[in-house]
Amino acid sequence: MEHTPPLTISSSKGTFHWVMQRITALGLVPLSFWLIIFLNKCLTAPYINTLSWLKTPLNLICIFTWLVLVFYHAALGLQVVIEDYIATASIRFVAIWGANLSFIFLVLIAFCQLLNILSIG
Amino acid sequence: MSNINNRPTSPHLQIYRLPLTAVISITHRITGVFLSVGLVLFVYILYSVAGGLNAYALMQANMNLWQVQVIYWGFVYALFFHLCHGVRHLIWDSGKSFANNTLNCFAVIELFVSLMLTLITFIFYLNTEVLWSILHL
Repeated sequence: MEHTPPLTISSSKGTFHWVMQRITALGLVPLSFWLIIFLNKCLTAPYINTLSWLKTPLNLICIFTWLVLVFYHAALGLQVVIEDYIATASIRFVAIWGANLSFIFLVLIAFCQLLNILSIG
Repeated sequence: MSNINNRPTSPHLQIYRLPLTAVISITHRITGVFLSVGLVLFVYILYSVAGGLNAYALMQANMNLWQVQVIYWGFVYALFFHLCHGVRHLIWDSGKSFANNTLNCFAVIELFVSLMLTLITFIFYLNTEVLWSILHL
């Protein structure tokens, strides 16, 4: 019986993946505070209030950085989950890149919306 | 070859009662996947802020539906749980605290802290004016 596990992305670039997962996690710990404040604003505050909060440089930088880190962190995390539960190499490949492309698509929309918000008022 | 099938197997998930640390470990994964899906909701909120006053008002109305509120607070708790266990992972990565008694102790602390953070967020959500005045944000 012959069994050779196929070489996947994480087995060839595993260390980089592992380190980036930790670096993004370290950044996300404090930035989650800004996310919660932002969501709280959006759900309860008047429009002008939310806009002026988001246009404050520190808040804008934090939300922007959170966006970059969270999408990267989610893509890395989902890749590990997919690799652990999907045994067929071809389906695994499609699933990982499907997830990656979805995240890239979402983060590009988010960037455009941030730019739109900056151009308001 | 026939005796291969008769070998004793290790306890299966359906039979083996998972210890608290194992439940928390798999919950970390589940919340991670759940939160990834939640990013769609975040982009929707951002989209509504960019969309102007009417889009913003509609988003607030949608988010205040009780069904959406249940999902939203599920996301908030998932976030804090994932954050707390994530910090735990970072501590493990430094090569510290692998002893059995600290494992269970940390598991309880994680659950408690994530619940407390969710509760604090909920209190601030109910009293938003207090939040603004305290944090000056």
